[in-house]
Amino acid sequence: MIDKGWLTVGGIGRWAIDTFLRLGFAARFLGLTLLNSGVCLRRPRLVVREVYFSGVLSLVIILVSGLFVGMVLGLQGYQTLKTYGSESALGVLVALSLLRELGPVITALLFASRAGSAVTAEIGLMKATEQLRAMEMMAVDPIARVVAPRFWAGVISTPLLTAMFTAMGIYGGYLVGVVLLGVDEGSFWSQMQNSVDFREDVVNGLLKSLAFGFAISWIAVFEGYDAPPTAEGVSGATTRTVVTSALTILFLDYILTSLMFRGL
Amino acid sequence: MSPDNFVEISGLQFGYGRRSILKGLDLRVPRGQVVSIMGGSGCGKTTLLRLIGGALRPSQGSVVVDGESVGALGRDGLYRLRRKMGMLFQFGALFTDLSVFDNVAFPMRERTALPEPIVRDLVLMKLHAVGLRGAAKLMPAELSGGMARRVALARAVALDPELIMYDEPFTGLDPISLAVISNLIRTLNDALGATSIVVTHDVRESMKILDYCYLMAEGQIVAQGTPAEMLASDKPYARQFFRGEIDGAVPFHYPGADYRTELRLGNRDR
Amino acid sequence: MERSSLDVWVGIFVVGGMVALLILALKVGNAGDLLRAGPTYTLTASFENIGGLKPKAPVRSAGVVVGRVVTIDYDPETFNAVVTLSIAKRFDRFPKDTFASIYTSGLLGEQYVGLAPGGDEKVLANGDRISKTQKAVVLEDLIGQFMTSRAGEPAAK
Repeated sequence: MIDKGWLTVGGIGRWAIDTFLRLGFAARFLGLTLLNSGVCLRRPRLVVREVYFSGVLSLVIILVSGLFVGMVLGLQGYQTLKTYGSESALGVLVALSLLRELGPVITALLFASRAGSAVTAEIGLMKATEQLRAMEMMAVDPIARVVAPRFWAGVISTPLLTAMFTAMGIYGGYLVGVVLLGVDEGSFWSQMQNSVDFREDVVNGLLKSLAFGFAISWIAVFEGYDAPPTAEGVSGATTRTVVTSALTILFLDYILTSLMFRGL
Repeated sequence: MSPDNFVEISGLQFGYGRRSILKGLDLRVPRGQVVSIMGGSGCGKTTLLRLIGGALRPSQGSVVVDGESVGALGRDGLYRLRRKMGMLFQFGALFTDLSVFDNVAFPMRERTALPEPIVRDLVLMKLHAVGLRGAAKLMPAELSGGMARRVALARAVALDPELIMYDEPFTGLDPISLAVISNLIRTLNDALGATSIVVTHDVRESMKILDYCYLMAEGQIVAQGTPAEMLASDKPYARQFFRGEIDGAVPFHYPGADYRTELRLGNRDR
Repeated sequence: MERSSLDVWVGIFVVGGMVALLILALKVGNAGDLLRAGPTYTLTASFENIGGLKPKAPVRSAGVVVGRVVTIDYDPETFNAVVTLSIAKRFDRFPKDTFASIYTSGLLGEQYVGLAPGGDEKVLANGDRISKTQKAVVLEDLIGQFMTSRAGEPAAK
């Protein structure tokens, strides 16, 4: 009866089986969610409501973080570029770092901890208080009615938030670089425009954020739906959403970067 | 199967993994009656309700509801059958993000194409029936336990079901709410011409409204009869259950090693 | 009441995201050029060496951007680089003997193609080839030339 710990052959085997079981269920769950997404098109109000809770309520933290990240970039970039006498390239540095990496990644991390965890907790609590079961007994599919709108709201919100974060960050870099430290305004913008390519940088950054939004939403709704229906179960699932999302975002970022910017 | 029975269960077996919960259960619920399923905690009553609702599938035996075998139905068939059912969950299971009004309107808006003014009138009628028309604008968090249970009841009967199932409707209620709920179970059943299954372990309250009673223990029916017959029953488990005796067919002590041996009385090492 | 205010917020949110996207595309990126470009025509030019020239590099004449480099290819017969230029239709009066060279903006800046018009009566049309070109100045070559010329000078003055 004594717990042998999991560092035994049997323990590792059981852990592996559990992991694959969960992964398999997660994949099947994603399939079910996508199959039952028709409701979101027929009743867009369901999605609009969730975009409010996921996207609009994340707006303040995203805009403020974007501004400060951009300001820090402006400050650090200026110090480094000054040693080479090329402060005029500050605009390029700020814009490219934000568009390609910092914008999508930081927005996704913030979104996972602000909105992803909330979605997990909400679905987990609905499960714990039998609301999902009640819905099923009313012949309403909880995956179509509860899960799919939250999933798509996340997928829609992330790129929009990323665009706002990045725009805010570039403005922050402008504020510090041009207004505060006196970099020439003309060269700040013109060098930026010459070096930033719409398809290569702007579109790729948005594609990244779309992939992150998809991953976060998937993890968040799955963890909520799969949470044990107890208080500890829901709080554990919420933590797992944030941790798993963060790791997935960083891993995906590496993969996508190596695919997208191979030629550079 | 007799057309007089709305629910007919025979030889039902079910288990989670290797743990078997129901071991060959037979049960009949005649149309129009309020039938209760009683038994100690963890004897499989809630599982039985979920099998009738089609949320679980029997491993053996059959569950027939209104002439259809629940275990054999596909998703669409199941959803069609569930439109004839209403269920009251143990703690109400109200949607916490919707108001009382929207909770009751939920099944109508999701399952029917009724225009909004008719939905509004119907919801107010249902809420009036449970005495909470004035609370339509409140959120579930603002309700007391008894009120939440009544709202959930209004929601369960929103689409005028033919079968209403109650999962522990009396748990955690004060005496007034208790009387209100048990009275509602009876009056709603008769007013809607429905059939009701009440899963409970509350003997005193349920005996007042029942037509027939099944007593479950360890996944089987151990006694059945009208309330009067049950109270007079001399089967050991039934006697212990209905009189609330501490020791009897169900022992006070969980099975374990012999008490004296475990304490090592008499043959201590030192 | 509460429902419609929620809708308004989501509307503001979506419009805000779109505006941010538009800023990124037009003010930060070069999508504006693509939109403003209008009709273009293509010219080709072969260079002995293009240095670090890249696709999308600007084509300037008298310092004004008149087009962009579209593709860079290698001709295995002449061992030259073949550069395709896309020039705005408005600037279609470049003479036949226009001179194309590769310059660098600033010491370490990006490289671009410069067009110096000649005096020919006939003008370059779509698909024409610029015959007079000058290869890019490669920094290493320049340093090498400088060293050899210094070595040739008398040591003492």
